[in-house]
Amino acid sequence: MIYKIISTEELAPKTKMFEVLAPDIAAKAKPGQFLIVIISVKGERIPLTICDYNREKGTVSFAFHEVGKTTKELGQMQAGDTLENVTGPLGNPSEIKNFGKILCIGGGVFIAPLLLQVKAMKQTGNKVTTILGARIKEELFMEEKAKTLSDKIYTASDDGSIGYKGLDFLKEILKTEKFDHCVVMGPVVMMKEVSEITKPYGIPTIVTTTPIMMDGMGMCGVCRVTVGGKMLFGCVDGPEFDGHQVDFEELVQRQRLFLPEERVASLMWEKNIGGCRCDRKKA
Amino acid sequence: MTERKPKPKIKKEEVKMPKQDPKVRVKNFNEVALGYTEEQALEEAARCLQCVKPQCVDGCPVEVPIPEFIKCIKEKKYAEGIITIKSKNALPAVCGRVCPQEEQCQVKCVLGKIGDPVSIGRLERYLADWERDHGFQIPEKAPPTGKKVAVVGAGPAGLTAAADLIQLGHKVTMYEALHLPGGVLIYGIPEFRLPKAIVRNEVAYIEKLGVELRVGNLVGRIHTIPELLKTDTNAVFIGSGAGLPRFMGVEGENLGGIYSANEFLIRNNLMKSFDFPEYDTPVRIGKHVVVIGGGNVAMDCARSSMRLGAEVCLLYRRSRDELPARQEEIENAEEEGLVCKFLAAPLKFNGDEKGWVKSMECIAMELGPPDESGRRRPIPMKGSEFTMETDTVIIAIGQTPNPIIQRTTTGLEVNLKRGTILVDENGKTSIQGVYAGGDVVTGAATVISAMGAGKTAAKAMHKFLSEKK
Ligand SMILES: Cc1cc2nc3c(=O)[nH]c(=O)nc-3n(C[C@H](O)[C@H](O)[C@H](O)COP(=O)(O)OP(=O)(O)OC[C@H]3O[C@@H](n4cnc5c(N)ncnc54)[C@H](O)[C@@H]3O)c2cc1C
Ligand SMILES: Cc1cc2nc3c(=O)[nH]c(=O)nc-3n(C[C@H](O)[C@H](O)[C@H](O)COP(=O)(O)OP(=O)(O)OC[C@H]3O[C@@H](n4cnc5c(N)ncnc54)[C@H](O)[C@@H]3O)c2cc1C
Ligand code: SF4
Ligand code: SF4
Ligand code: FES
Repeated sequence: MIYKIISTEELAPKTKMFEVLAPDIAAKAKPGQFLIVIISVKGERIPLTICDYNREKGTVSFAFHEVGKTTKELGQMQAGDTLENVTGPLGNPSEIKNFGKILCIGGGVFIAPLLLQVKAMKQTGNKVTTILGARIKEELFMEEKAKTLSDKIYTASDDGSIGYKGLDFLKEILKTEKFDHCVVMGPVVMMKEVSEITKPYGIPTIVTTTPIMMDGMGMCGVCRVTVGGKMLFGCVDGPEFDGHQVDFEELVQRQRLFLPEERVASLMWEKNIGGCRCDRKKA
Repeated sequence: MTERKPKPKIKKEEVKMPKQDPKVRVKNFNEVALGYTEEQALEEAARCLQCVKPQCVDGCPVEVPIPEFIKCIKEKKYAEGIITIKSKNALPAVCGRVCPQEEQCQVKCVLGKIGDPVSIGRLERYLADWERDHGFQIPEKAPPTGKKVAVVGAGPAGLTAAADLIQLGHKVTMYEALHLPGGVLIYGIPEFRLPKAIVRNEVAYIEKLGVELRVGNLVGRIHTIPELLKTDTNAVFIGSGAGLPRFMGVEGENLGGIYSANEFLIRNNLMKSFDFPEYDTPVRIGKHVVVIGGGNVAMDCARSSMRLGAEVCLLYRRSRDELPARQEEIENAEEEGLVCKFLAAPLKFNGDEKGWVKSMECIAMELGPPDESGRRRPIPMKGSEFTMETDTVIIAIGQTPNPIIQRTTTGLEVNLKRGTILVDENGKTSIQGVYAGGDVVTGAATVISAMGAGKTAAKAMHKFLSEKK
C-alpha cells in the first residue's frame, strides 16, 4: 500500500492540511474518527483526526499543527511524497442526528475536523451555531467555509485580536439562547472551559479527547482517560466523551508524560536538518 | 551379582547451549541463547534413541516428526531435515526458541527417565537457522482452486493458517491491524529472546508462498467480516489474538510511569524505543522498576527493564512454586539480577506533584485452598500493609481478546465473560465459513498452540471450500 500525499494546503502558520491517497480508509471514514500516521520506517505512530474524505477519489484529509518532531517533519513533506503507513479509520464516529439546535466549537487546528462534523450535523437538519477559536488572529482559518455551513458563527481569540476575547461571551449567549447539544474539539483547556460553561445549563457536551496514543486500537492502554470515575480507553471507547464527566486534569497530566523526551527528539531533529526552520514561515 | 550384557552407552547429560554472559547480556538486546554449533548439534542428535513409538511427538501440539528430523541431523542431511519439520510446522525458527519444550515435546522424551531429555527445541532451532543461512526452499503448491480466503491477524495462528491454505491452492489475503506482521512475535516477545530478523524471515517465507499481506488494516473498521463474506471471500480465519491489557482497578493506576505490559513491550519491540531517539518513540524507565505479575510476559518486561538500566523487583501475589513463567526464563532473569517479592499485591499508587508514580502501598498475602485454576488462592493478610518506593510500574497480569471483531460480527458466538470466540473442535465458529483459533479462542496461551489451532482450522476450511461449489 502506498500512502501518497495528493495535495497540501497551509491553513495558518505551522498548520497544514494534507490530502492522502488511501481508498480503503476513504470508503469507510466518518466524522469524528481518526487516523494513525507513521511518516517513516523509524517513525512513531501519531493520531490525527480525519477532517475530510472523498470516496470517489479515494482520499482522506487531516490537518495538523507542528508541535514536535513528527509533526514538524511531516510539515516538510510535499505533494507526491509518501507516508510509511496510515491506519484507520479508528475510534467511534460522532453521533450525527437531528438534535435540534446545536453549538459546534472548534479551537486551533481542530477547526478543520470540526467543520466536517458541522457539515454532517447541518445535513441531518440541525440548526448550527459555530464558534471558531484561535490563539491569535493569524491562526484563525476556514472562517468563510464555516459561514456557509452554519446558521450562525462567532469567532474568538485568546488575545482578542479577532472576534471576542476568550470564551466569556459564551456565558452571555447561553443566558438568552437555548441549545440542545454541544460538540467541542480543540485544546484540552478549551474543552474543559466550555464543558464548565455548559454544565449549569444542562447542555449535553461532547468533547474529543486527545490522550497520548500508540496503537490506537485498544492494545496498550496508554490512552486511558477517566470518565465518570471509570477508566476508559480513548482510542476504542472514544475519542469522544461526555465533557461533563471527563477528568481533564488527569488528561492534561497524562499528555505531558513524555515531554522531556519529546523535546530531545525535536531539538535533535532540528539540529540534524540544519537549524530550526521556524523562520521559513512568519509565526 | 551377575554381569549383564553391556547396553549401548547413552549420554545422560544434554549438550548445553552457549549463552551470552549474564553481566554482558543485561546491557544489550542481542539474543541471549547463541545456538548450537554443528558439532554440538551432532553430539546432541546422537543421544536420540530413534524410538519406534516416539513419546516426544505426542507432546508436540503440531506433531512435528521428531525422530525423523533428528535422524536427518545425524546423517547431516540438513535440507531434508528442515523439510521434514516444515511439513508440520511453518515457523520452526520461532518454535525452536520460544516453545515451552520442557512441558511439551521434551517432557515426554524417554531419555528424561534416566537423565536429560533430548534438546528437541535446540535441534529444531539448529535446522531452522541452517536454512536461513542456506536459502529457503519454496514447496510446491496445489493447483488454484479459485476459492478466496481472508485471514484476520498475522500472528502465529494466522500465519500458519495462511501458509497451509495457500499450499492447498486457495487465494489468501491476510489483514493485519498493526503496521508490521508477526503478532506477539513482533510486538511482544523481546529481541533478546526472539530476534525480529527471524520473525521477518518467517513472514517473508509466507509472502513468498504467495499470501497477500495488508498491514495497517483493522478488520471491523475497514471491512467487517460479514462484508468480506458478501464480496468474493469464501471463508475467513480469525486469529486476532488476545491483545487487550488488563488493569487492576486500584487507586492511582493512571499516574505517569505506570505501563501496561503491552504498552511497555510495544514501545520497546515494535517501535524500538530502546533505540530512542534514533527511533521516534520514547520510553521512560526509572531506577526502581516494579513488575507486577509472574508469567512469561512479566519476565520479558523485567528483563527488558534491566537492559534499559533499571533495578527490577518482581511482585507476585503467590509464592515461587506457583510462578507460571517458564523455569528457564526465571533462571535467566535471576542470573541477570532480578529480585522477586512473593506473596504481595498492590493496593494503591502514590504520585509526586507532577503526577508521576513515586511509591506503592502493598499488602502481604498468604496461600489458602486451591482456586478454580488449581493453584492456591492468595488471601490478603490483615494489618500487613507496607510501602515500596518505585518510579516505574509495569502491570503484567494478563490480556484478554480485543473486542473489535466480536462487536462488529453479528451472529458470532462468544464467551461473554472471557471475551473469547466459541468454536468446535475444528475451529468452526457459529457462522458458516468463519473459523477462528489461537489466543482469541483460548485466551493467552502459547505460540505453538496458536499454530496448532491455525493448522486444524486450515484443514477444516479446506474441506469446507472443497465441498462448496
Ligand atoms: C484522537 C486524537 C486526534 C488528534 N487529532 C489531531 C489533529 O487532527 N491535528 C493535530 O494537529 N493534532 C491532533 N492530535 C494530537 C497529535 O496526535 C499530536 O500533536 C502529535 O502526536 C504530536 O506529535 P509530535 O511528535 O509532533 O509532537 P510530540 O513531540 O509528541 O509532542 C509535542 C507536544 O505536543 C503534546 N502532545 C503530544 N501528544 C499529544 C496528544 N495526543 N494530544 C495533544 N498534545 C499532545 C506534547 O505534550 C508536547 O507538548 C490528536 C490526538 C489524538 C489522540
Ligand atoms: C510478552 C509475551 C511473551 C510470550 N512468550 C511466549 C513464549 O515464550 N512461548 C510461547 O509459546 N508463547 C509465548 N507467548 C504467548 C504467545 O505469543 C501467544 O500465545 C501467541 O502469539 C498467540 O498467537 P495468535 O496468532 O493467536 O495471536 P497474536 O500473536 O496476538 O496475533 C494476533 C494478531 O492479530 C492482529 N489483530 C487483532 N485484531 C485485528 C483485527 N481486528 N484486524 C486485523 N488484525 C488484527 C494483532 O495486531 C496481532 O498482530 C508470549 C506472549 C507475550 C505477550
Ligand atoms: S514445535 Fe515446539 S513442541 Fe513441537 S517439537 Fe518443536 S519445540 Fe517441540
Ligand atoms: S522420545 Fe526422545 S529419544 Fe525417543 S525419539 Fe523422541 S526425542 Fe528421540
Ligand atoms: S492507543 Fe493503545 S490502547 Fe488506545
